[in-house]
Amino acid sequence: MISLDFFYLLVGLLFAATAIMNLRDKTNPRRHTTALFWGLYALVYLAGERLPPLAAGVLMVAMALLAGFALVKPGRPQAVPEAARRASAARLGHKLLVPALAIPVVTMIGSTLLKDVRIDLGMVTEPLLDQKNLTLVSMGCGAMVALALACRITRATPLQGVREARRLIDAMGWAVVLPHMLAVLGLLFSEAGVGKAVAHVTTSYIPMDSRLVACAAFCVGMALFTVVMGNGFAAFPVIAGGIGIPVLVGVYHANPAVMAAIGMFSAYCGTLMTPMAANFNVVPAALLELPDKNAVIKAQLPTALPLLGANIVLLYLLMYQ
Amino acid sequence: MHTAVNLWPLLGIAVVVAGFLLRAHPVMVVIAACGVTGLAAAFSPVHILESLGAAFLKTRNLPLILLLPLAAIGLLERAGLKEHAQASIARIRSATTGRLLIVYLFVRELAAAFGLTSLGGHPNMVRPLVAPMAEAAAEARFAPGSKLGDPLRHHIRAMSAATDNVGLFFGEDVFVAFGAIVLMQTILRAEGLEVDPLHMALWGIPTAVSAFVIHSWNLHRLDRRIMREALYGSGAAK
Repeated sequence: MISLDFFYLLVGLLFAATAIMNLRDKTNPRRHTTALFWGLYALVYLAGERLPPLAAGVLMVAMALLAGFALVKPGRPQAVPEAARRASAARLGHKLLVPALAIPVVTMIGSTLLKDVRIDLGMVTEPLLDQKNLTLVSMGCGAMVALALACRITRATPLQGVREARRLIDAMGWAVVLPHMLAVLGLLFSEAGVGKAVAHVTTSYIPMDSRLVACAAFCVGMALFTVVMGNGFAAFPVIAGGIGIPVLVGVYHANPAVMAAIGMFSAYCGTLMTPMAANFNVVPAALLELPDKNAVIKAQLPTALPLLGANIVLLYLLMYQ
Repeated sequence: MHTAVNLWPLLGIAVVVAGFLLRAHPVMVVIAACGVTGLAAAFSPVHILESLGAAFLKTRNLPLILLLPLAAIGLLERAGLKEHAQASIARIRSATTGRLLIVYLFVRELAAAFGLTSLGGHPNMVRPLVAPMAEAAAEARFAPGSKLGDPLRHHIRAMSAATDNVGLFFGEDVFVAFGAIVLMQTILRAEGLEVDPLHMALWGIPTAVSAFVIHSWNLHRLDRRIMREALYGSGAAK
């Protein structure tokens, strides 16, 4: 069975390679601490669950401190000059698109057609792809197929692929680990009962005796709580349980399907506005080499705010359907 | 109200808000918020570190979607994928940045609505293809003498990333088998409300359409800004 553990191992090796390449890179002004940062992250993937929780916690704090004190820097790997890239683009043409498109295509094939395929191991059969992480494993296979195709088309070695991956990881720097650490904060929030406290405060202090105010409080509450938590899935249970079900459905007899659908979309408006949703908002800014880390959020505000208003109106008009 | 709800963990939220407002280093903000939240919930320092560690290991599947395509994408970039995408779009005269991104928004949102959420994404579509094409379409509007300025170039890139996000978010919720629908159904069921997933997906459509219209309007405005700067230079903006 192709399981997630295989890809954890690959990613661990990729981070280990990033650490070693940085350690040997004299152009990197902070090569030792940078190598330590990526080396520690490699350990998370290579050791995985064998790492005791306390050790993993200390490791995470150490990584955060290295990043926070600006001790993680990119090296200056040799880039191919633009003229050479243009010449290569003219020579290879549309062939260059094939590996890039292979990733979504293989992911889709894996998660639909190969979903129930089993392999025969003599005495037992087991599924070809890890069923619990089907999409992620399919995407991993897609990435491997894409790498093989890219090596073939560009006549490069997989090692060159690792060097290019290191260049991109270096360019993103600590933004790579931010979504991961935010997810940890989200889990800690729920363990500490932050959600319960927020629901308690919102329901105790906002007057719900007008239907429009209740609709607005519900949609804005979803968006605001998502802004704080960075994830609509964390906001939905809290605000639906605090306002949606007791007030909108309980008092105003709204259709629960309308309440739920528009509520979740209001939460997504919040996702568009928050640096806490780092993988959607901060990582792309790093990936596109934008000087302003909030540039993507700023580009999304003119869509997110009117849409939140539209949601309030839609909920008000459609809630009895 | 005499409930036993502990309000102290809200301090963690205060730390996050203050940290981002003061523009502190995001990673430091997260660690500080973790510490404050844990202490406010009366966890011991060892308990906090253990909770953090366990969560850090449990969520290590999150970065995979970003990391796995990097080797292939990096190789293709080295071989001129961006340059090829830019040359292709520059040949289509009617392709403006806004129109290109509206088409991408439409395809992304529709594909996500049919459950094909992997058709897109920042590392494997936006960085190598969508953003370079959007930039090239804008550059084609500028006369040989004038140049696309950096602020506008960065804004075009940010809009490319934004378009991917909007398309994904407001498309996927219309798909019945998506996780969000399952989550909503589970939570409503726990409260004694039985809701048909198909109805929830259906009532997402008005918002999905609004999202498309509003974001397309913003992309149309981006086109007008590009035209203005191409004609009068960036000094004439506003």
